[in-house]
Amino acid sequence: MLNVGSLKEGFVLDHIQAGKSMDIYNYLGLDKLDCQVAIIKNAKSNKMGRKDIIKIECSLDVINLDILGYIDHNITVNIIHDRSIVEKKQLMLPKTIKNVLKCKNPRCITSIEQELDQIFILTDKTKEIYRCRYCEEKYSNL
Amino acid sequence: MRHLISPMDFSVEELDELLNLATDIENNPNKYKDACKGKKIATLFYEPSTRTRLSFEAAMINLGGNVLGFSSSASSSVAKGESVSDTIKMISCYADICAMRHPKEGAPLVASTKSSIPVINAGDGGHQHPTQTLTDLMTIKSLKGRLDNLTIGLCGDLKFGRTVHSLINALVRYTNIKFVLISPSELRIPSYIREEVLEGNNVPYKEVTHMEDALPDLDILYMTRVQKERFFNEAEYIRLKDSYILDNEKMTLASKDMLVLHPLPRVNEISVEVDEDPRAVYFKQVQYGVYVRMALILTLLDIHIN
Repeated sequence: MLNVGSLKEGFVLDHIQAGKSMDIYNYLGLDKLDCQVAIIKNAKSNKMGRKDIIKIECSLDVINLDILGYIDHNITVNIIHDRSIVEKKQLMLPKTIKNVLKCKNPRCITSIEQELDQIFILTDKTKEIYRCRYCEEKYSNL
Repeated sequence: MRHLISPMDFSVEELDELLNLATDIENNPNKYKDACKGKKIATLFYEPSTRTRLSFEAAMINLGGNVLGFSSSASSSVAKGESVSDTIKMISCYADICAMRHPKEGAPLVASTKSSIPVINAGDGGHQHPTQTLTDLMTIKSLKGRLDNLTIGLCGDLKFGRTVHSLINALVRYTNIKFVLISPSELRIPSYIREEVLEGNNVPYKEVTHMEDALPDLDILYMTRVQKERFFNEAEYIRLKDSYILDNEKMTLASKDMLVLHPLPRVNEISVEVDEDPRAVYFKQVQYGVYVRMALILTLLDIHIN
């Protein structure tokens, strides 16, 4: 078993779908943070067969985890303080997503306006539909 | 400070108040002739428009105010690469209120977040055109006497037709409204309007491809132009542009009190012969557009005339 040291303070993101950890690394902007990050790929899991895990050693206020609810709400987020799990965060779909998704509508003002925040708003919770705040175009992964 | 970006920015009660004010302006124009003395409207038109821009300018002049602005992006600092945010901050220093038309969807919303004066969306791409909606509502209310219990046929380009999207958004809030959506399959109403606005509000609608089938049931026929400027592919535009043409023969299928509205400009989707039919009210609609914009300017500037 691969051994990665325990965290003093930070987050453990568990039950990430195998192979998706680098996507999450990028979505959370971890490449821009000056902190220790361990990415474990294809770990054995009773529940999932294989899974990815990300461990992030950082203070609790530097990462906005809301986006994880959009990416995959089955991810388990353990919040670590003084080397113990102080909270298991329940992931929910965020009401707004800022500067993570990009509007693909070529007619949208976000395609030309400099330094404009890319904002998406949850308009249908059941169907998990997000729309651009400016042009109201539905976000699609395709 | 209030803006008008989407037709949903006003509640039904506020819309009623605005339409009542517009009717009072229609009946007593002299009462309002100096209401905006010393005030200026900036008309920021990044794409060509005749009636909307002139309608705003006529509205402000009728209220005793002044007008400044530009009528194409080529003649403004946009040609030098200026952002909407910077333009509106600059215009806020010159004018008391502004009307913006922009080819990019959401541009007036961006402007409203940076502006220190009220911003009116005068049309943003294929998205919204709320002052045309106010015009349409005033036309229907003035000539039909109501905004509820209506069957409304929307015909033509329902995909890119922003006036259609705005009108549906506004009308679903009234009781017993039914829609008949008449378009070629390529220009159907966008799915978000169908799913979230119509089905989301339990508003009955049907989609048809033949205008003749729908005409006998309609209280209002709202015609639209297939807009060349919304197509990236010219061949596609040419194929679809003559999908629906309303003429006197088709008008015989409609009821005697059905009204024909059109946001204008028309190209050939309504034959000129129909203009003489008393049910054709699209030029009266233009006049109502001035009254309703006068009422909107007064409301957003918080000016009250007793």
